Amino acid sequence: MTVSTTLLGLLEPEPSHGYELKREYDALFGRDRQLSFGQVYGTLSRLQRDGHVLTEGTEPGGGPERKRYAITTSGVSVLEEWLGHAEPPQPHLQPVLFTKVVLALLSGRPAGTYLDLQRAAHLERMRELNGLRRDSRLTESLVAEYGLFHLEADLRWIDLTAARLDQLAQEVAR
Amino acid sequence: MTDALLTAHGVTKSFGATPALHGADITVGTGEVLAIMGPSGSGKSTLLHCLAGILRPDAGEVYFAGQRIDQLNERARTVLRRDRFGFVFQFGQLVPELPVVENVMLPLILAGVRQAAARLRAAELLDRLELTGLDARRPGELSGGQSQRVAVARALVSRPEVIFADEPTGSLDSLSGQRVMDLLVDAARDQAATVVLVTHEARVAACADREVVVRDGRVSALVGS
Repeated sequence: MTVSTTLLGLLEPEPSHGYELKREYDALFGRDRQLSFGQVYGTLSRLQRDGHVLTEGTEPGGGPERKRYAITTSGVSVLEEWLGHAEPPQPHLQPVLFTKVVLALLSGRPAGTYLDLQRAAHLERMRELNGLRRDSRLTESLVAEYGLFHLEADLRWIDLTAARLDQLAQEVAR
Repeated sequence: MTDALLTAHGVTKSFGATPALHGADITVGTGEVLAIMGPSGSGKSTLLHCLAGILRPDAGEVYFAGQRIDQLNERARTVLRRDRFGFVFQFGQLVPELPVVENVMLPLILAGVRQAAARLRAAELLDRLELTGLDARRPGELSGGQSQRVAVARALVSRPEVIFADEPTGSLDSLSGQRVMDLLVDAARDQAATVVLVTHEARVAACADREVVVRDGRVSALVGS
């Protein structure tokens, strides 16, 4: 889901080619795992099949003809829905949250709002874990503590990122 | 949320040329435990001080139990704070010369309660906050967590309607801070007191029923408004 919605997010500001999308994805999000061309074109093909992107024609070049992809209204809805929902709070969410923030900035959406949504979801989960920590036997309480420490770390990252959104917007601007 | 106990509308406050709040709005329900979060310098402590009648806003209105309090004179606000509010600050602000039990009794003595009754009530709170046997110690002989629990006992001793806590665990390690928060929230609930808590720590905020975020002097409309 994340690769396909991320490609939709990259396509939303303006149509692009598979090669450009891969390059941009790798630069912004591919630190640990870059996309293969197979993944890019496979994902674009599925998005096209589902009506979330369309091809705007091909451009002849020195090599093979290049398809130019554009997001459709249905693709924008998929993206909106993904961006507008807080992720289920769990450890190691950072890559997804980071992707959402960058895509929101690229499309001029209020990235701070997404972080606020996520903060609220995290705190709600922390409240549940707090209840478990206090009501349970030590074994369960320690499991709750594990979750609390991880969510706390996520929240620190959320606060740090919220404080630096202007700077990040400048850095990722096309 | 239950009935509103504390409300602020359009509260603005500057310190010299430095603006701290720009039209902050907030409502706190009766019996609610509310966390005010926000980055350093966002105005969260200033908001707490305006709600508690410590600071007078430059503009806007603050109501407590249906009464407008931002226009009260200094004397009336002092009485309000003494009789109906309790306070816990980051560093307990205990009187170093007084033993623990007398620190806790202090608000009652200032309110004219007799020594024996005040001592009895203080002992009850010390037990509740797991400080049994420490009544004769001086604050300098306590750990950070114990000092903050004494500060919580002092804040609760006169059965205030609202406890205002400004970074109550800010000087403590994570475990001691958690214990202080657990005891503070439990004891406040026992007494049906409302708690307004300023914190930048998610762990502490998660002890509250609800949180709001102050950013650039305004309360975020999105979260918990």
